[in-house]
Amino acid sequence: MTRPDNNFDTQLARGRCRRYRRRILDISQQVPALHIGSAYSCTEIVDCFYHGLMRRDADGSSPDTFLMSKGHGCMIQYVILEENGLLSRADLDGYCTPEGQLGVHPDYGTPGIAAATGSLGHGLSMACGMALAERSRKDPGIIYAVLSDGEVQEGSTWEAVLMSSSLRLDNIVAAVDNNDLQSLGRTSVTHHSFYPLVDKFQAFGWEVAEVDGHDPAAIFDAVVNRRGGRPFMLVAKTTKGKGVSYMENVPIWHYRSPNPDEYRRAIDELETAP
Amino acid sequence: MRNMFAEALYREATANPNIYVVVADISPVGNMAKFSSEYPERFINVGVAEQSMIGICAGLALKGCQPFAYTIATFSLYRPFEMVRDDLCYQNLPVTVVGMGAGVIYSDHGGTHHTMEDIAIAGAIPNMQIVAPCDPAEVAEATHWCARQKNGPVYLRLGKSGEPDLTKDGEPWVFGKLRCLRRGSDVCILTYGVISKMAFELADRFAADGKSVSIFSCHTMKPLDRDGIIAALQHHDHLIVIEEHVPQGGLAAQTKQLAWDVQARCRIDTFTLQDRFIHNFGRYPDMLSAHGLSVAAIAQRVGLG
Repeated sequence: MTRPDNNFDTQLARGRCRRYRRRILDISQQVPALHIGSAYSCTEIVDCFYHGLMRRDADGSSPDTFLMSKGHGCMIQYVILEENGLLSRADLDGYCTPEGQLGVHPDYGTPGIAAATGSLGHGLSMACGMALAERSRKDPGIIYAVLSDGEVQEGSTWEAVLMSSSLRLDNIVAAVDNNDLQSLGRTSVTHHSFYPLVDKFQAFGWEVAEVDGHDPAAIFDAVVNRRGGRPFMLVAKTTKGKGVSYMENVPIWHYRSPNPDEYRRAIDELETAP
Repeated sequence: MRNMFAEALYREATANPNIYVVVADISPVGNMAKFSSEYPERFINVGVAEQSMIGICAGLALKGCQPFAYTIATFSLYRPFEMVRDDLCYQNLPVTVVGMGAGVIYSDHGGTHHTMEDIAIAGAIPNMQIVAPCDPAEVAEATHWCARQKNGPVYLRLGKSGEPDLTKDGEPWVFGKLRCLRRGSDVCILTYGVISKMAFELADRFAADGKSVSIFSCHTMKPLDRDGIIAALQHHDHLIVIEEHVPQGGLAAQTKQLAWDVQARCRIDTFTLQDRFIHNFGRYPDMLSAHGLSVAAIAQRVGLG
């Protein structure tokens, strides 16, 4: 079993993330709409969880679990699972087709998908139950979960926040993809009293770190340097649609596919980015 | 019933380390207290937070455990409904959602504590199975079955306490099969749950009138024993359904649907809770009576004077 502790190559991570964004763009040309902005928002987080933090056995399986609580961001998980061989190119080509097995939200039973999500506010309770089950094992697996900031408005999320720390489940590592954007505007404006997020989770007994959610090294360092003994929440400041300038912070790109011209511009931007 | 549930569950949990109980701030009665003190790592109290109760059970089951969610029926099924639907049923996980004190047993607590529509609601969800035992012995059978089955989610509908033994002369309990508790030839009473006691009292009234009565416990409300009900329709001249549930989506409605499907020729009378909330208070029989569910009222309606 290997985990590249303190050896997370951020150059490689950036290369992978560029590749993933490019692959999602390609898939966007097969379908009228997909959650592109939501996937770009958490690309670096999901990549770091999969390639920097989750342990891997020789056969490619992991004792750890990845749970996409913000199910609508699952395109990034699909393309990572494709690269890791759990999903095939044909699976991704069949996205949202009658013959395919991949839909807009991750479905339980699909290879590499730990739970069916899509309705918000379910993931963290399931992560809590999974972590509890893992705790009874000799070498407990860690549950890595990604939540949206909109999802943190669900009361059920706070029930799980309360229980995870009350049960001292230090094998939960969660991230809030804090892109500050919802259908009706800036979350920090519509729900200003909800901010800052860090002290909310701290008040509920979690260990919390706030980082730039597009900085692979910062994400990796924050998680590996956690003190432990309690669940860990990464408040990741992100940009919705990150990587394609015309998508960044524009709500319509929550769920839309670029037209051919927009597609070419996006490819150019991704390929010329530093 | 709840004590028998706790006892049966304790026995299963002693033998199987994968059994967890996730409760929502409900006082541990009987062997539930023993469970919680002997296996604290497998007894989780989420507090008044039923959505997480169901979600945590789902997470446990996704990791191979066999969890039970346990609280008063309205709070175990209605409050976290979408978690029951998505986390348990959609993912088809072997989690038992225990609805304690279902029906109108929490009589004087008011409508917020009555569970009058649970069979229809739970039964409408694909993959959900429903078991509603009629006495403590059936609770034990059902609990042992729930602890070992891997089909998918179960809604286990329980009463509370003080229920009489009705099944000591009955057939063996088999999941998914009507259970004959008394064999007769003229009239058949189909029932389930705590109200089944009324069927025996009504049968005695029929006996005094010279008629022999079959009584069946329809303990598995989903999947319903269609063949068993069709046979009951065909072998009796008069079929009566008594259930503590609103008219829509329960045993009465489904029996009448089956009767139509097979063009049954017998007389059918159904006695259910009505399609309206109960705003008066009192004891459990007062609640049932408010909707016409008493032996006297039913006897009169079926011509027993």
